[in-house]
Amino acid sequence: MYRNDMTRKEIERAFAERSASDQRLLQSLQNCDRRHFLRTSLKFAGMAAAASLVPAHAFQLVNVASAATPAGAAPDVAFRFAYVSDSHLYARGMTHRFAKAVVKAVEDVNALDPQPDFVLFGGDLAQLGRADELALGQQILKGLKAPIRMMVGEHDWYLDLGEKWKEMFGPDHYSFDHKGIHFVVLNSVVEKDFWTAKGYTPEQRMAIVAGLDDSRQSPFEVGEPQREWLKQDLAKIDKKTPIIVFSHSPLYKLYKGWNFWTDDAEQVQAILKPFQTVTVIHGHTHQLLTNRIGNIQFHGLLSTAWPWPYAPEGLPAYTVQMVRPDPFNQFDGCGDGSVDVLAKGRVNKHYNLWSRNPRIVTAQELAGSSLPGGGYQGPSY
Amino acid sequence: MKATLVSGSLLLGTIALGILGVVVGGSSGVLSERRALVGAPQDWASRAVWACDQRKLVVVEGVRAGEKIPPEKAQLVADVLMDLMRFCNEEITVRIGTNQVMTVAANGQVYEDYVPGGPLPIVKASFGEPTPRELQIWKAELDKLVAEGDRLFHSDEIGGNGIACAMCHPNASNTHPETYPKFQTQLKKVAMLRDMVNWCILNPLEGKELTADDPRMHALEAYILSQRRGKALDAGKH
Repeated sequence: MYRNDMTRKEIERAFAERSASDQRLLQSLQNCDRRHFLRTSLKFAGMAAAASLVPAHAFQLVNVASAATPAGAAPDVAFRFAYVSDSHLYARGMTHRFAKAVVKAVEDVNALDPQPDFVLFGGDLAQLGRADELALGQQILKGLKAPIRMMVGEHDWYLDLGEKWKEMFGPDHYSFDHKGIHFVVLNSVVEKDFWTAKGYTPEQRMAIVAGLDDSRQSPFEVGEPQREWLKQDLAKIDKKTPIIVFSHSPLYKLYKGWNFWTDDAEQVQAILKPFQTVTVIHGHTHQLLTNRIGNIQFHGLLSTAWPWPYAPEGLPAYTVQMVRPDPFNQFDGCGDGSVDVLAKGRVNKHYNLWSRNPRIVTAQELAGSSLPGGGYQGPSY
Repeated sequence: MKATLVSGSLLLGTIALGILGVVVGGSSGVLSERRALVGAPQDWASRAVWACDQRKLVVVEGVRAGEKIPPEKAQLVADVLMDLMRFCNEEITVRIGTNQVMTVAANGQVYEDYVPGGPLPIVKASFGEPTPRELQIWKAELDKLVAEGDRLFHSDEIGGNGIACAMCHPNASNTHPETYPKFQTQLKKVAMLRDMVNWCILNPLEGKELTADDPRMHALEAYILSQRRGKALDAGKH
């Protein structure tokens, strides 16, 4: 790897032996013009220096890299969309740490150049489903320059069973077409009624669902009506058309205890199975999470509010785990990101971690036969 | 309690020799060992009385084997045996000397100047086998503290900004209490679990620190430790 005291020759030699991840990073940079490139590398250098990670001049090597990258090898990216997710807002003003974090994400997305075609909000805008929490979120997200696509999470839903959310943001499940891709947005956080028999108030119901490890609630599901709707919606779509599904919970079964789980996942997967190219992008898990089941590739989203530990069981072997975040750093393990949609409809998923190097999970490596899982064991704080 | 015992033993006084006194338990080898524990004379010189559980033994000096124990002394034997029945499964040997001084051997130790109903520290320290009722009480007390910790851990009341511990630590994961004490690099000192609990209360929760003897701190620690009991340390993972 690179060291601070390397000569230019040594750096060039090290660069020649660069890793695959370096290549990807460089590929993503190569479309930048020189001015933008300098701005980006200075920004990274500043960020890293501020975090005392790497001395600022370590970024000089990227300059060398830029010169060495052959021109004209344009990446296979058709378009890009960005995401912000799981903000869990309390209506406690703009100085609350969670509000500040969403503002940071909005600034990140607005700084993307070129701008993404749209921004997905991955659900859990509010913490306790209150109208004032949703309104605060709406107000912050209005700062986004790109158009937004909203998805609902359980924290938005269980105070009034989605009444306010739907009034503010529209239907909880819908589909749209964009540049040859069929996008489907689901409400995958439907829970069977656990509250009526116990006489829980709406506030109690919301508090129970808001507790990730609260076993009084039901498992998430898409449910029969939405599965029917999905069948109808996809009936008119050619099987070769790439499908990208947005769901708040992962559309597979990872860990029931924390609802890292969709109870009718197999049925939903069966509906998606006839399509050649399917990608599911989900929120809820607040961590780097990758999976592949048959033709379906799955990617998790980062939360702006806090990272979650990995569940005690069920972690897909395709996931390269994020080492436990530093609790002393509010932003570690949190962030936002973007999704490069490739010409053939697969995606490269970018995790823009606020206090770590960015992580990109490419469609190519996920389609490969070797599992990237196993991961790196870092320090325990 | 004492009154019950006394009246019980008075009642037994008349039948004690029927139930207790006539029992000749164990082999002579065992009896010799047990006598030796309290320095009692061998069987020809003293009278041995076993309790019906075959664990408690009283050796009466000044009464030879086969001799009838005088009523006053028989009452004392009954009192002693009744008292020792407090300690269900313990093997206890008592020597009643000619001067009425009693020596007790239990748990491999010898205790002088025992009086029925009085302190028997060696035996009490062993607690004997806990009764089902005791187990129930202990579990209920523990469960109560853990439940209160569970409630606080999931509530916003110890913080100041709505955030609860469980939001980052479902099932107390990522708390790894088994690793404390340790040098906490970020605090630049050796920390205990409670120091990190307080750090979280002060910082992400923006609340007020708890003192080490605050019942809420006890409850939080009880919940965290109970959730993580037996979990393997998996560095960097939880």
